[in-house]
Amino acid sequence: MTKTALLTLAAAGVLLAGCERPVHDTAQIGYRGTGAEGVIRTSLETKLHALNVVPPPPYDLPKDEGGPRAAQEYQNVKVLGDLSVDEFNYTMAAITAWIAPAEQGCNYCHNPENMASDAVYTKVVARKMLQMTRNINSNWTTHVKATGVTCYTCHRGNAVPKYVWNETPDRFATMGLKGNKHGQNTPSPVTAFASLPYDPFTPYLLKANQIRLAGPTADTTRRNVSMASAEGTYGLMMHMSNSLGVNCSYCHNAGNFQSWRLSRPQRAVAWYGIRMTRDINNNYVNAVGYVMPANRLGPLGDPYKVNCTTCHQGVYKPLYGVSMLKDYPGLRAPHGTVVNAPAENADLRGQAAADEAAGDVATPAAPAARPATPLTPVSFTR
Amino acid sequence: MGYQNIFTQVQVRSVPEMGVALPPGNWSRDGTPSYNWLMGKIGEAQIGPFYLGRLGLASLFLGFLAFEIVGLNMWASVNWDPVQFLRQLPWLALEPPSPKWGLKVLPPLAEGGWWLIAGFCMTTSLILWNIRIYMRAKALNMGTHTAWAFASALWLMIVLGFLRPLAMGSWSEAVPFGIFPHLDWTAAFSIRYGNLFYNPFHCLSIVFLYGSTLLFAMHGATILAVGRYGGEREIEQITDRGTASERAALFWRWTMGFNATMESVHRWAWWFAVLTTLTGGIGILLTGTVVDNWYLWAQEHSYAPLYPSTGTIDPATLPGVVK
Repeated sequence: MTKTALLTLAAAGVLLAGCERPVHDTAQIGYRGTGAEGVIRTSLETKLHALNVVPPPPYDLPKDEGGPRAAQEYQNVKVLGDLSVDEFNYTMAAITAWIAPAEQGCNYCHNPENMASDAVYTKVVARKMLQMTRNINSNWTTHVKATGVTCYTCHRGNAVPKYVWNETPDRFATMGLKGNKHGQNTPSPVTAFASLPYDPFTPYLLKANQIRLAGPTADTTRRNVSMASAEGTYGLMMHMSNSLGVNCSYCHNAGNFQSWRLSRPQRAVAWYGIRMTRDINNNYVNAVGYVMPANRLGPLGDPYKVNCTTCHQGVYKPLYGVSMLKDYPGLRAPHGTVVNAPAENADLRGQAAADEAAGDVATPAAPAARPATPLTPVSFTR
Repeated sequence: MGYQNIFTQVQVRSVPEMGVALPPGNWSRDGTPSYNWLMGKIGEAQIGPFYLGRLGLASLFLGFLAFEIVGLNMWASVNWDPVQFLRQLPWLALEPPSPKWGLKVLPPLAEGGWWLIAGFCMTTSLILWNIRIYMRAKALNMGTHTAWAFASALWLMIVLGFLRPLAMGSWSEAVPFGIFPHLDWTAAFSIRYGNLFYNPFHCLSIVFLYGSTLLFAMHGATILAVGRYGGEREIEQITDRGTASERAALFWRWTMGFNATMESVHRWAWWFAVLTTLTGGIGILLTGTVVDNWYLWAQEHSYAPLYPSTGTIDPATLPGVVK
């Protein structure tokens, strides 16, 4: 009898081994009766909070008293030249702490004999990344709001951010049957172990393939969206859900995933995020691939690219929405200047200003002992 | 000796029952009958003889082909590694051709050709099996209710794998063969077409499906409950009528004011089961061919409530935005 009981217990243990600890809270985040519930995975949140602590600045931000600019004092400063010399050095110290391996320090990017030299490839990459950071903080406030990003948002102490991806050889059409899964039907964490296409990055975060599915009218006016592309979109959404540690209803109303008027505002933020990621991958990461050595490239010779996880790392707002940018104003383009702004972005900036005016700015706060709820319950009166 | 139920069944071993003589033109029944004690615990202990026939033989052959094509394609997709085949089996699939092939017959084998062949073999196998069910019922001078019920299930399957793809102009619209893949396809299908729950035929299908289980439970429970009076042996017009059927009818008239008859309850159950897949098939066939977004369709037909707007605006509709 005891033996049977033990065996049953062991079998139950084995069967449930893949399950998450059943400790979670839910909050109503939409209209009643529509299943708009946010799931907060309490045990996981505690772990994530410990992993998402903002490091302190290297020292107090030097006050800009109008002295000589970095570009005047140093040679070959192309991005941060508008900073004061003190703030420039402060920013360099922070970047070194965030990215460079400890044993290499400044020399990870600089030639110690001649700090101005571009001979070390990482310096060329770093310059591109600084342009990218300023572009994000200035032109993509539709996604990053006033919280902004710094190098740390992705790098977290690593020379190469931990969560990156490469293009995979698209040879499925020509490779025959052996080993050919047609890019799907493989247990992959990207799609939360569904059988969906496991590379949603190349089509949607590098190329601009259509993500939208059902049409804007009830009848069949938009027949060009196949079931194959529906599965592709589904894969991308699983990646986003995974990356942000949220369920579908964080953005969507499951009654109708397409309807914007039923969606939460977070969906629009994510929409801009997808475009921002394409901008990063095409105009910054791939654009600097030519200097990368072979060990920094994927099988197709492309540099490691970003997806939602690169910044979010399982959290609905990277670093729980704590703004590091306020301590590193040099990483935002100086007031009145626009760095590498595509012309179409003009309206985004207007939108961003409106967001800021509306007070949609994350409040910096120390991580709470108990996870703060990412989902503010809303009550509807109608 | 008391009446035997599943708990008190006495298993007799004697000369096996060989069945009535078959009409001319039929094959003979195959196999020497045997007895199985365990099977006798849940049903009839005598196993066989079995009637194969031309239709059965062709059906089993085609079914075997379909099973092998699907299985070998899955195995090939993991480089013929037997361990990975078992470990990844729930994820593996034989996928239909990609959209670029449209309705082409026959695309290259590795690009959906095998899917088409497997689908043909499976569908033909099941249709032949259904004809076989029809013929065997005829041979026993029975009604053909089983064959028509099975045909209803086949209707849904054929809509999913053949008729709807045909109407949409692409094999890629069809369901993949595979455990998780066909489930993911189902979820993606609902999302693609604006939530299938707003498809009224899907609603009907669910009503009949759940209704079937309810009827099954009610009928099964009723007969078992009057088993102590021999209820399963009674019908209303039986010559030597007992008390069981009377009690069963009275029970339902007392509890809900109405009772089905011993015969009508089986018609209820049959129609509920048949209508499940019949309405389901209609719902699938209309999806994408006539209706693209079931949620909006339901709004237009005052069939779903219009929930208050959250005020979220589609960024793609804002002027000057990067698409």
